[in-house]
Amino acid sequence: MSPAGSGAMEQLYQQVILDHARERHGYGLTGDVDAAGTGESFQVNPTCGDEVRLRVRVDDGTVAEVSWEGVGCSISQASTSVLTDVVGGASLADVEELSALFGELMRSRGAGLGAEAEEQLGDAAVFAGTSKYPARVKCALLGWMALRDALIKGSKGE
Amino acid sequence: MSAAVTHEVPALTAAELAAVRADFPLLERTVRDGKPLVYLDTAATSQKPQCVLDAEQDFYERRNAAVHRGAHALAEEATQAYEEARSAVARFVGVDDGEIIWTKNATEGLNLVTYVISNATLGRGGAVAERLRLRQGDEIVVTEAEHHANLVPWQELCARTGATLRWLGLDDDGRIDLDTLSVINERTRVVAFTHASNVTGAISPVEQIVSAARAVGALVVLDACQSVPHLPVDLRALDVDFAAFSGHKMLGPTGVGALYGRRELLEAMPPVLTGGSMVEVVTMAETTYMPPPQRFEAGTQMVAQTIGLNAAVGYLAELGMEGVAAREAELGERMLAGIAQLPDVRVLGPTDGADRLATVAFAVDGVHPHDVGQYLDDAGIAVRVGHHCAQPLHRRLGVASSARASAGIYTTPEDIDAFLAVLAQVRPFFVRGRG
Repeated sequence: MSPAGSGAMEQLYQQVILDHARERHGYGLTGDVDAAGTGESFQVNPTCGDEVRLRVRVDDGTVAEVSWEGVGCSISQASTSVLTDVVGGASLADVEELSALFGELMRSRGAGLGAEAEEQLGDAAVFAGTSKYPARVKCALLGWMALRDALIKGSKGE
Repeated sequence: MSAAVTHEVPALTAAELAAVRADFPLLERTVRDGKPLVYLDTAATSQKPQCVLDAEQDFYERRNAAVHRGAHALAEEATQAYEEARSAVARFVGVDDGEIIWTKNATEGLNLVTYVISNATLGRGGAVAERLRLRQGDEIVVTEAEHHANLVPWQELCARTGATLRWLGLDDDGRIDLDTLSVINERTRVVAFTHASNVTGAISPVEQIVSAARAVGALVVLDACQSVPHLPVDLRALDVDFAAFSGHKMLGPTGVGALYGRRELLEAMPPVLTGGSMVEVVTMAETTYMPPPQRFEAGTQMVAQTIGLNAAVGYLAELGMEGVAAREAELGERMLAGIAQLPDVRVLGPTDGADRLATVAFAVDGVHPHDVGQYLDDAGIAVRVGHHCAQPLHRRLGVASSARASAGIYTTPEDIDAFLAVLAQVRPFFVRGRG
């Protein structure tokens, strides 16, 4: 069923986003929060109460395990789900770069980043449409904020 | 007040409604690629009629001066306009001129009451402030329906003074559960509650709560932020001690609100903000204070906004608040009846039109409120999403957040119908592609 209007909604809520929001990858916390190289972060969006708790284990400089739980809108849920796909198995240097690219994508006000960067982001590039809506950017970033924080905590052995 | 919205006063005709809408320039604009704006977020802030915009501009163009200081011609005119605005607002809610204190908004008004009680508890205000002092074992009662502005200041007051915070519960419709009135007891010193919920639209049983508070000698503080813009409100008849409301929700400017206080209480109250304009004699060691309301209006005031608010209450008074309430009740009924036809949408709050405002929070099955709001917004329909500054109320209703549509005097039946038509598309859109 197509919505009233311009198709802006199909652009924002692409099928891949709705699919990830429904079947969330990496969902359900795994591993032991106290294990070596493991960090966990809880992030909340105070305007809507959306929550993400994300756990990450780093082994030999790569993301060995990433899992999460949370409640929220389709953008925040899908974005965190896609995140686990794109950072799972990646080196910390790659994660750093992906995280920076995704932040840049969110600041692009709907313009996107060009083919090369978007190819690097993989499925995370489908959130280009979200960057048109300043109020929703926080939703897309919620999981990424949690990842960044969890990695810091894991590296400090917290 | 039972908020008996009688329908004896005829609602506006289509021509009268068109004339009202013509007074609100913003309603002409389009949003999201040329779609007509359907503004259903009046509970957050109302739009402003031309007369309010003109009144503020006229003040700056012809009468701008600081008030209650200086003796030149402009200062006289500005002071007169500022005090006329106070009289107009006082009349609008049925109290005396000297019982209205200007504040920035309702939040500031409610906080002011809590800081007065704090200061009195510290011994400020002398013997006359005795009845405002909290002692060991005292309790303050709020409700689970409160906006954070009428909850958090009381939590803070309790933390500062050692008083205990208690609350009235809600039923499953979000109405204050009168079976919990026994929470109010001989230790209760203040009962603070909302006149109408900013989420569910439910109008509180003021009479019963005030009567329980009076029986134990507690002060009554009413959050009238949602009621004053939409219902005829006579604060004297409601028999409350304090009431706070905001200008921007009642067609007025932002930056101005009012706190009503019963005169003998205001006279007994120590000040909160201190400085210029609120003093009598200042020496290096100490100061004596002006009588109310000036005692509570330190520093240069929001004069232009008070004058805008005067125009707003004039506009509402001309329409007649009985008529405003009757018309908005019809809009609320239309919204509730329409939502009842949608199997995937659930109203959070009372589902019948009695004793409620045309403010309707709702949940769409399986779709997060942010996504609901986004879809409506794409069609030009502005609703609020989130917890609406009422997290405990949402928790009580079993949700983290909601979407909320709220009507105002300029809302048309067509606005409601447009909202309902798009609302019906929301769930099908978000579940597309599911097997």
